[in-house]
Amino acid sequence: MIEAIGLTKRYGTTVAVDDLSFTIAPGRVTGFLGPNGAGKSTTMRMILGLDRPTSGKALIDGKSYAQLDRPLRTVGALLDAKWVHPNRSAKAHLQWLAKSNGLPDRRVGEVLDMVGLTAVAKRRAGGFSLGMSQRLGIAGALLGDPQVLLFDEPVNGLDPEGILWIRQFMQSLAAEGRTVLVSSHLLSEMAVTAQDLVVIGKGKIISQGSTTEFIEKATENSVLVRSPHLSKLGPLLVDKGYTVRNDDDGALTVVGATSDQIGDIAGANGVVLHELSPQRGSLEQAFMQLTGDSVEYHAEIGK
Amino acid sequence: MDQVTLLAVERIKLFSTRSPWWCMALAMVITIGMAAVIAANTDERFPLSVPVSQGFTNFGMVVIMVMAALAVTTEYRFGTIRSTFLAAPDRVRPLLAKTTVVALLSALVGEVIAFGSWGIGRLIKPDADMALNSAAEWRNVAGTGLVFAFAAVLAVAVGILVRQTAAAVAILLVYTMLLENLIGIIPTIGPKIQRWLIGRNSDHFLTAGNESFISEGGGADQPFGPWGSLAYYAAVCVGFLVVALVVAKRRDA
Amino acid sequence: MTLLAVERIKLFSTRSPWWCMALAVTLTVGMAALIAANTNDEFPLSVGVSQSFSNFGMIVIMVMAALAVTTEYRFGTIRATFLAVPGRVQALIAKTVVVAVLAGVIGEVVAFGSWGISTLIKPNADMAINSSVEWRNVAGTGLVFALSAVLAVAVGTLVRQTAGAVAILLVYALLVESLIGLIPKIGVNIQEWMPFMHANNFLTADSAALPEGAGPPRLDFPFGPWGSLAYFAAISVGLLVVALAVAKKRDA
Repeated sequence: MIEAIGLTKRYGTTVAVDDLSFTIAPGRVTGFLGPNGAGKSTTMRMILGLDRPTSGKALIDGKSYAQLDRPLRTVGALLDAKWVHPNRSAKAHLQWLAKSNGLPDRRVGEVLDMVGLTAVAKRRAGGFSLGMSQRLGIAGALLGDPQVLLFDEPVNGLDPEGILWIRQFMQSLAAEGRTVLVSSHLLSEMAVTAQDLVVIGKGKIISQGSTTEFIEKATENSVLVRSPHLSKLGPLLVDKGYTVRNDDDGALTVVGATSDQIGDIAGANGVVLHELSPQRGSLEQAFMQLTGDSVEYHAEIGK
Repeated sequence: MDQVTLLAVERIKLFSTRSPWWCMALAMVITIGMAAVIAANTDERFPLSVPVSQGFTNFGMVVIMVMAALAVTTEYRFGTIRSTFLAAPDRVRPLLAKTTVVALLSALVGEVIAFGSWGIGRLIKPDADMALNSAAEWRNVAGTGLVFAFAAVLAVAVGILVRQTAAAVAILLVYTMLLENLIGIIPTIGPKIQRWLIGRNSDHFLTAGNESFISEGGGADQPFGPWGSLAYYAAVCVGFLVVALVVAKRRDA
Repeated sequence: MTLLAVERIKLFSTRSPWWCMALAVTLTVGMAALIAANTNDEFPLSVGVSQSFSNFGMIVIMVMAALAVTTEYRFGTIRATFLAVPGRVQALIAKTVVVAVLAGVIGEVVAFGSWGISTLIKPNADMAINSSVEWRNVAGTGLVFALSAVLAVAVGTLVRQTAGAVAILLVYALLVESLIGLIPKIGVNIQEWMPFMHANNFLTADSAALPEGAGPPRLDFPFGPWGSLAYFAAISVGLLVVALAVAKKRDA
């Protein structure tokens, strides 16, 4: 279990992380979601004792990272796949990590097998592709067979096969009862990976809960209606209290009603319908709506 | 791209990072500051003179060499050298432009350091004989810019050849500050080798005919006169640059 | 003990330490051979003369020691290290110990190698190490190398950037300490308190072996040779303590 209690990090006058509190439960993949620059990496680094919080604290199974004895046995982390000396072999990289936490040398071979790098174990890590580096980073995280795992943007820059592999891997780790926290700036990726979401923007918590709830809440449900008698149907729907928008191409978008309700109203009033289709707002739109005000750098589109 | 554009490009690149500013500031402040400390401590027994005011310029030169090497090695480290070569595919011209910009800047810093050290000495000890009234004294002060410029050319060349910051800086510093001196320890042949080392020749150019309590101004056994020494020094530095350019053109960027 | 093993694996599994060690040993011993071969009646070979190139080895080893820290910062492995060993001070001390011990060994190899090759080349020269001055001059090299490595690790930890650390160390050790002597009157007094001057005093005090003008200027040191070593050690270790305190406080 990971707990953040009032976690805050200031750099001069800039507040990177602003009073974050959350709890990450075991047995589930929790997505840590937010636009770039929202403070995800800084938060993870504070959880791992790399950066010192300005105030507040982060606990792993009730202890701060520095209090953990042989921390790799409790926590595994992949923050940046490039944190490897380029002239050191993959095997040597894992060997010193294993040694530092009193893990047996055979564990190095085991984790190399798990991530499929056994064949290239003796090659220098600097020559690895991004996908291979990512696998090496995951091998390092798994070395101590930890109950808590943190991954920072693990699918960034990976090919579809690599993305699928990491996704299934994280899910299987959670299924074994481990705590898995994975950060991402892509809601679509998190929607298929994480069961729970902690969403932040500009260092503040925006939402916390299950992924399905978040998507339900965030996406606007509307129904597209086409009919030769829109001028008759529109006022009827407005009378029922639904929000109705006239689209440019002669259709109506109705918000707040299900397609069943609209069909019933149309039928009861003898209105012919040519189309009645429920619309689901895209995840990216929903995410943008929620975090829109908290994106650090805006790009002005279409000006 | 024409050469003028390339020079402008390299100027922008150099001045838009922080390390050149740091190096220039450090070179000027410390060297001139130490010249002030030296001048303040001179007396009848150790009188201030033009060559004494120039005693610390070597420090400035070494810092400028680090700056010049960094101008190339950081491009390799951050991969911007590839963008440079994409923008100007013949490679030699952008590298020449870079060398020119760095060398001109080094010359400027050299002159600032030399005249700054001289000027601050004059201010502190107005009664000392600090008049620049011989060719040797002019050479000692105004020649500093030339020496700095060619030192920068050498540093750029080493930077291009080695491509790694740590190695380039270590090679340049260990060679100029340690090896040239240690070679003299070899009995009999050591001093004979030293006469042909570049630092000896650049020193000879600056100090010949400028005796003081800090240097003999000697170099009687140097193979060339002061201007010949400069020419020799320049030839070696430019020679290294030519080799570096050929290598850079041939190898994969 | 585990941490020492960890740092040993880390150091030896990259290429730059091997390069630095090879360069320090071959070039220093090679130059000692060259010097010995050129000695004659006018410039006779002696124990002191055989050691005159060891400064070169020391500088290369300092570069190696600084790199051992700065490359960790450059490649982010320092964070991996601090994740594995959250007690940062222990991890950095282990690294310092491994680097210093290695530097000490290299120092002895360089010193006895230079002495040995000189003895081989000029078997008739008086190369017997039969005074405490001569023992200090040869066997003391390892101690000086080890302490310079500690100093270099401290600077590397403070500066974190390779170019900055290497430039500061080399310019200071090779240039600033000697240029300070140019300041009339007080220059020499300052030099008498500068760390590498003391390191040199430890190695060469009372040894009149160097030809005139080839060695550093004779200074009036406040301490004897062993006092100088203690002073050099105090400065190196002091700087390391500062570096450790800084590394513990700042964000990795």
